[in-house]
Amino acid sequence: MKWEVVIGLEVHTQLTTQSKIFSGASTAFGAAPNTQTAVVDIALPGALPVMNKAAVDKAIQFGLAIGAKINQKSVFARKNYFYPDLPKGYQISQFELPVVEGGAITINVDGVEKVINLTRAHLEEDAGKSVHEDFHGMSGIDLNRAGTPLLEIVSEPEMRSWQEAVAYAKALYSLVTWIGICDGNMQEGSFRCDVNVSVRPEGQQEFGTRREIKNLNSFKFMEQAIKYEVNWQIGEIEEGRKIQQATILFDPDTGETRMMRSKEDAHDYRYFPDPDLPPLVIADEWIERVKATLPELPVAMQARFQSQYGIPAYDATTLTSSKEMAAFFEAVVAAGADAKLASNWIMGDVSATLNREEKTIAESPVSAEALALLIKRVMDNTINNKTAKDVLKKMWESGDSADTIIERDGLKQETDTGAIEAIVDAVLAANPKAIEEYRSGKEKALNALVGQVMKGSGGKANPGMALELLKKKVG
Amino acid sequence: MKTVKELSAALAAGQVSAVELAQDYLARIAALNPRLNAFITVDGEKTLAEARAADAARAAGNAGLLTGVPVAHKDIFCAEGWKTTCGSKMLDNFVSPYDATVIANAKAAGLVTLGRANMDEFAMGSSNENSFYGAVKNPWDLNAVPGGSSGGSAAAVAAGLAPFATGTDTGGSIRQPASFCGITGIKPTYGVVSRYGMIAYASSLDQGGAFAHTAEDCALLLNVMAGFDDKDSTSLEHAKEDYTRDLNQPLAGVKVGLPREYFAEGLAGDVAAAIEAAVTELKKLGATVVDVSLPNTKLAIPSYYVIAPAEASSNLSRFDGVRYGHRAANYDGLADMYEKTRAEGFGWEVKRRILTGTYVLSHGYYDAYYLQAQKIRRIIANDFVAAFKDCDVILGPVAPTTAWNLGEKSDDPVAMYLADIYTLGVNLAGLPALSIPVGFGSNGRPVGLQIIGNYLGEAKMLNVAHQFQQATDWHAKAPIL
Repeated sequence: MKWEVVIGLEVHTQLTTQSKIFSGASTAFGAAPNTQTAVVDIALPGALPVMNKAAVDKAIQFGLAIGAKINQKSVFARKNYFYPDLPKGYQISQFELPVVEGGAITINVDGVEKVINLTRAHLEEDAGKSVHEDFHGMSGIDLNRAGTPLLEIVSEPEMRSWQEAVAYAKALYSLVTWIGICDGNMQEGSFRCDVNVSVRPEGQQEFGTRREIKNLNSFKFMEQAIKYEVNWQIGEIEEGRKIQQATILFDPDTGETRMMRSKEDAHDYRYFPDPDLPPLVIADEWIERVKATLPELPVAMQARFQSQYGIPAYDATTLTSSKEMAAFFEAVVAAGADAKLASNWIMGDVSATLNREEKTIAESPVSAEALALLIKRVMDNTINNKTAKDVLKKMWESGDSADTIIERDGLKQETDTGAIEAIVDAVLAANPKAIEEYRSGKEKALNALVGQVMKGSGGKANPGMALELLKKKVG
Repeated sequence: MKTVKELSAALAAGQVSAVELAQDYLARIAALNPRLNAFITVDGEKTLAEARAADAARAAGNAGLLTGVPVAHKDIFCAEGWKTTCGSKMLDNFVSPYDATVIANAKAAGLVTLGRANMDEFAMGSSNENSFYGAVKNPWDLNAVPGGSSGGSAAAVAAGLAPFATGTDTGGSIRQPASFCGITGIKPTYGVVSRYGMIAYASSLDQGGAFAHTAEDCALLLNVMAGFDDKDSTSLEHAKEDYTRDLNQPLAGVKVGLPREYFAEGLAGDVAAAIEAAVTELKKLGATVVDVSLPNTKLAIPSYYVIAPAEASSNLSRFDGVRYGHRAANYDGLADMYEKTRAEGFGWEVKRRILTGTYVLSHGYYDAYYLQAQKIRRIIANDFVAAFKDCDVILGPVAPTTAWNLGEKSDDPVAMYLADIYTLGVNLAGLPALSIPVGFGSNGRPVGLQIIGNYLGEAKMLNVAHQFQQATDWHAKAPIL
């Protein structure tokens, strides 16, 4: 039997506010335990939550960026359950009326585009952390994270493979970091994915029973977890067993998923509207104000790059894979480089070197201006393309400018016809066969000789000029 | 028995110092509290330190109207450095690290804390028999309950252990003990007094308020307590008012509504007689009486006893033994720690309401109970809107009877809930209301008249109460102890 995989994602993104969603305490990561806690975060008797408007701004930004509906009235609800890292005994979240509804994100798997619809995105508070390492026979509680604002982004179950799920997660990641509502630090838990997975026989309409893989904080783990889970579910069904709805965890050490709790153990969260918080009302002016602060989004920027700089769609998409790379590209062009050359260099040698060194473009030792100068030296024929690659390597290591390296290492391209002519003569004399082929109509025969002229000149000859000379002499 | 107005004048005239006043009250508390049990915590050193600061402020020319006047605070308001128990074993070891807004406002006004008044555990109760610290006795009759949940505050004022006191009212917890103890008590419009630092029972109903002998004193304390607070999202963004401003308006032309449902079956004859006499007195003062209807009065009880426990079940989840408060001494694992801690820390009425609240919010029952109760709540609020089209204030009894005997209803929670019939609607509708003493029942225990105001109609309500008190002396009567 052929099986179809059905996947939906719930992603918790920590929002980049200075203070918590319902208190004035700092959200900075890594402080000493329980030092960033206001009375609300410890849930002292009598403490009351007050909405942080900056968190709402970010939810609105997200809604606008995915073309969703911003609910002008949304309601905070209490999700009740007991756990030591949940100080109030309930989490303030949104249940029936979320702040953002609908919207969509386009993914691309192996060149095929697909639109993934979103169900909703809602604001809620993060819990604290249980600390098990430092206490013998006991657990410690650190409430610094309690009350950190989260936007939980829920997709429709529209993904049909692990590739689509990972592509969706990456696209979402790139969007929330692009608009700056999330710092994207997955190690610190800023972007955590719950993946709902089910399988069904191909052609069947109704969904199979799903199991939810909790808290995946890397795309690699997501891939591994889904692959394992899909195989496991198909195996169970093929052996005649039914899938039971469950919440499961992925263990990166074993590469397997395991049961966290079954449906029978599922909490009854007893959601009800939080009487401490009036409904969140978002007037048109608020939405307009946020709209004005929204950066140009990747899709709009791709269209602009194509029309403004005349670069192909593929280049525009690649260059807008991060806001930093797009800005770098525009800075290179602004400093006088040809747009297509700039695009080639950034997508080629610059990206390759950054990847090798595990750096982001913001950390590039070669600035946009320095790269632009190098490209200009190719454009004005001071050096050829091959030399330029070596120059870039030296710029990367030394931090010197292209001009300094060209001057110091004597890399200036040879444009003196007389000097090249001698080398051309010598190459032709050594390759009578190539001359014959050319004369018999094989145009490309001479191209092979250009390389030899270049070699003879120590790389300094202008390849175009060399070809011209070869043709002139033979023809 | 001195009113706050008189004490304020004596302090201003230098006839008495804040320290002398505090010492007088502390001495009276030491003498009578063992019989009344109105206070959970008294700390003379702290009180005298506050009194000395008040005297110093006065000497420096920084005294306000109430600087140096002593006050008792219901043990529900978090006060920095004071044990804040909410009447529960759960918080027997809890010393608050911060001040409720009500406490901060009282400090800023120069009030001197006499101590922490006893109360029903987590404000759940109508008799003050649910306190971990024991029942409070009614100063008029030590065999009678003082009412609840703010029974300690009411008994303290009635017995002269404090000139005025703070309280909270979720379903009648200020008005009913004021009525049972023969004093004046006001619950303002929901959102007028900040709930920040006031330990939550039912957040959408809880409202802080004041007890005193007179409506005028209540207005003075409300002036201190009230005001918009950005730390409470349900606080009303409403300009600061002077609640004394209309006290002396004549009552000529004021329309008082008598809801016929408040005078129907179930109201004791002696209470009805005292209320009717008070209405006659108000007519003499120029008020016009109109007949109004609150047709869904009876539904207030089931609506309240779904909504309040629902909110309470969630509000009290934080008392889990993890961070502060009681934790069981011996337990085996996390679930056992929770179970033993909460089993030991909470009393029976609190457990009953947590269970009720958990039930009505449960999957499959939410629509039938909680949502239904919220619909009834809107219907009840609309009844008041309709009634206030025909009148300026609504009058009625506070409770169907005078104070009952200690122990009389403690085994019958439903009977106790039914006695809240005249007070619950006001909380469900978010309206202001007060209780003033208007006589005594056949058993010699006080009867209170409830005056319900329109939304933010505190000043009108206080005006009616004050004019009544100018013409009568029920408020000046004191129990002999």
